[in-house]
Amino acid sequence: MASPQPRIGVVTYPGSQDDRDALWALAALDADAVPVWHEERELPSLDAVVLPGGFSYGDYLRCGAIARFSPATAAVCEFAASGGLVLGICNGFQILCEAGLLHGSLLRNESLRFVCRDVPLRVERADTPFTSRCEQGQTLVIPVKHGDGRYVPPPDLDPAQVVFRYRANPNGSVDDIAGVCNEAGTVLGLMPHPEHAVDPLLGSADGALVLASLVESARDRALAAA
Amino acid sequence: MKATVLVRPKAGILDPQGEAVERALEHLGFDVSGARVGKVVDLEVSASDEAGARAQVEKMCEQLLANPLIESYEIEFRG
Repeated sequence: MASPQPRIGVVTYPGSQDDRDALWALAALDADAVPVWHEERELPSLDAVVLPGGFSYGDYLRCGAIARFSPATAAVCEFAASGGLVLGICNGFQILCEAGLLHGSLLRNESLRFVCRDVPLRVERADTPFTSRCEQGQTLVIPVKHGDGRYVPPPDLDPAQVVFRYRANPNGSVDDIAGVCNEAGTVLGLMPHPEHAVDPLLGSADGALVLASLVESARDRALAAA
Repeated sequence: MKATVLVRPKAGILDPQGEAVERALEHLGFDVSGARVGKVVDLEVSASDEAGARAQVEKMCEQLLANPLIESYEIEFRG
């Protein structure tokens, strides 16, 4: 008997670009991927949520600063507060930082250039719901595409919250940090795009390890709740 | 009441825009250092006096206009 598909929502803000790629990738990895419109005040019944990349609300003022006040973001914050799994990719990472679900901030790349290329990442933690299919110390090749990806952590960031580091830093991020999670390990933000690396035809399938970890973790939660 | 909010990158935060501007100014022959690039937000706020307006604009800065981790702000009132 096939195991049940976990339901994973992908929020679409005005200006989101990678929402459909995220939906496609999650569905390809056997999730029931459902779109969530930014005006939704309540989320449907979900086992995890993804905030995709793009330029939400034009990224006016600061990246993610306006999306933070969107009704769907408030619902995602409630979902996270109850222990729900939330993955923020690129602009989604920026939104999670602005919303306070993750600590730190993402500033203009040190080079002032938009970078769009595959980057090697080191998996610092394989014990999160987003990296359970990876191995600690493993190198993943996943593309980045951003102009504002230089992560500046708060002074008191626990190093244990760093989940991914760049092996070749593309943006000047402090301490080569590419992805961080919250204290509980239930909310992850990263600048690289795992949804763009789920098929070897596109250069790498390493992103599928991250998304398949999420799908598996969401499935475990769905089964535990049933 | 008209207010101007100045938002600056905090000291110690790397500001590549400021560095690029500084290099460009040097290229033009100016002897400059310490260039930093921030933002200006002009707005009008309904309040009967400056203290009331200031309290409101400070809240705006804390909730939206500035990111306290990386930016400092200054509020000025005009006319």
